[in-house]
Amino acid sequence: MDLPVIPIVPVKSDAGGCASSGCGSAPDALAHLPDHIRRKVQDHPCYSEQAHHYFARMHVAVAPACNIQCNYCNRKFDCANESRPGVVSELLGPDQAVKKVLAVAAAIPQMTVLGIAGPGDPLANPERTFATFRELSARAPDIKLCVSTNGLRLPEFADEIAKHNIDHVTITINCVDPEIGARIYPWIYWDKRRIRGGEAARILIEQQQKGLEMLTARGVLVKVNSVMIPGVNDAHLKEVSRIVKAKGAFLHNVMPLIAEAAHGTYYGVMEQRSPTAAELQALQDECAGDMAMMRHCRQCRADAVGMLGEDRGAEFSLDKIDALDIDYAAAMARRKLVHEEIIGKLEAQRREPARKVGAGGTVDEVTDRGRPVLMAVATTGGGVINQHFGHAREFLIYEASAMDVRFIGHRKTDLYCSGGDTCGDAGDENESVLDRTIAALLGCEVVLCARIGYEPWGRLEAAGIAPNGEHAMEPIEEAVAAVWREMLAAGKLAAPAAAKLCA
Amino acid sequence: MALSINHLCTACDACLRVCPNDAIVEDQPYYVIEAAACTECLGDHAEAQCAAICPIEGAIVDELGVALNPPGSLTGIPLHKLTALQLVAAQP
Repeated sequence: MDLPVIPIVPVKSDAGGCASSGCGSAPDALAHLPDHIRRKVQDHPCYSEQAHHYFARMHVAVAPACNIQCNYCNRKFDCANESRPGVVSELLGPDQAVKKVLAVAAAIPQMTVLGIAGPGDPLANPERTFATFRELSARAPDIKLCVSTNGLRLPEFADEIAKHNIDHVTITINCVDPEIGARIYPWIYWDKRRIRGGEAARILIEQQQKGLEMLTARGVLVKVNSVMIPGVNDAHLKEVSRIVKAKGAFLHNVMPLIAEAAHGTYYGVMEQRSPTAAELQALQDECAGDMAMMRHCRQCRADAVGMLGEDRGAEFSLDKIDALDIDYAAAMARRKLVHEEIIGKLEAQRREPARKVGAGGTVDEVTDRGRPVLMAVATTGGGVINQHFGHAREFLIYEASAMDVRFIGHRKTDLYCSGGDTCGDAGDENESVLDRTIAALLGCEVVLCARIGYEPWGRLEAAGIAPNGEHAMEPIEEAVAAVWREMLAAGKLAAPAAAKLCA
Repeated sequence: MALSINHLCTACDACLRVCPNDAIVEDQPYYVIEAAACTECLGDHAEAQCAAICPIEGAIVDELGVALNPPGSLTGIPLHKLTALQLVAAQP
């Protein structure tokens, strides 16, 4: 039985993936960057929180070989339903990859970024990686190129990277301490030998740091990815953040460990736990300082295509693109118009003063009168609350306070597997899905959705999360602000005693 | 004397680029070592290069069928944690 709520009118979203428009109204996470860097990242969905609502990316899987082993990776695993880094369904040669990129660029003009991220390490496959980049920078100069690496061979290729049109590099740096590294990396292949333990970690860390310094010295934008592994490197990542920032990385992306026994990884089999959403958010806040932190990373597959959070890879399989005849010159003209229109929109948004939602009055009036509240939102896109609670595969998380409504990140309900009929047990699945969803919403006080069933309503309330279907089809930020004001008016947001004493 | 690659191979391409004898060829469904060209890297390197970079336990074996990277040797997963199926699969 559904509770009576406003009828849903299906809305087709033109921006897939994350549907929030709020990332734009939140304080610009890249505001501290100099203008020339901001211009470089304003149309990059992975780097600019704002851009990821409008621009798309793709990865081509041309780099199968790897030269290190990470405890969260198992190269034997490949499942079409799996959505995590290092997993692909179809390996491409450089020529096939170029054809696929041109086909996608013509079909999805918002696709601005091509990344090579594996499934192994791109720099362990230098011929295939750079052949793809060379051909693309000649034939599709309007596509930004990026590469993602473990950093082991980065110093060797820093000049080659700078020489190409590649201006964005991501290095995965999980530690700067070899003792911690030895618990993350069992071995590396280096100098014609398999090296293990602390010595392996020491070499890897040395090469990563040297590579980072060489790239920033050459004006290449560097983002650092770190995998948060509770009990291994979680406390240490603050130090990593401080060091990579000092060396010129412009963005730090702390991602949660993905570890399940079924994946057959060391961490999965050894039951190493993943961080909770609250732990991840706390670490991201601690690492932030004045450095931009990424909150919208979706940990894509190495062959993902489309907006962040969606994967249209299946539309562009080899047999399908083989049949295509692409007029890239014509496509490029069309792409230019689309890009200009979006950039214009983004620039206009940036000039708009940040919306102060709070209690509707000035900031001074409402400061100290209400504590911040986390709310979860179910949406399929378009910046409005338009999804049934039971259909939501991920929730967008917002923090409402007297100051503003801030986009915090997203939480998935069925972690990293989009499999339907063939995955999981049939029996108590509904029960466990609801349990998992409630666990994923830990820390949220309200969940906003278009509709919600009777049973989950009761279960959410019992868990201390207020279900709310009264704002169906309304813009997310306005609804979140309205609910916050209702809570304030109902006296639910009394400031903590300590704050009152200070005020 | 020569090493060989078995069905556990995932065709990840890592060994092909490090073989000093160009003895490894891309084949379907997995890679193959041409026995006549393989020297097991004796005289060239301290370790057989294919086995030194291969990420898959049990995929590279010597002439007696003995795995150069036995189960647990690369992942560090203790044998008692491997399922019977994984152990059987990792046998050459």
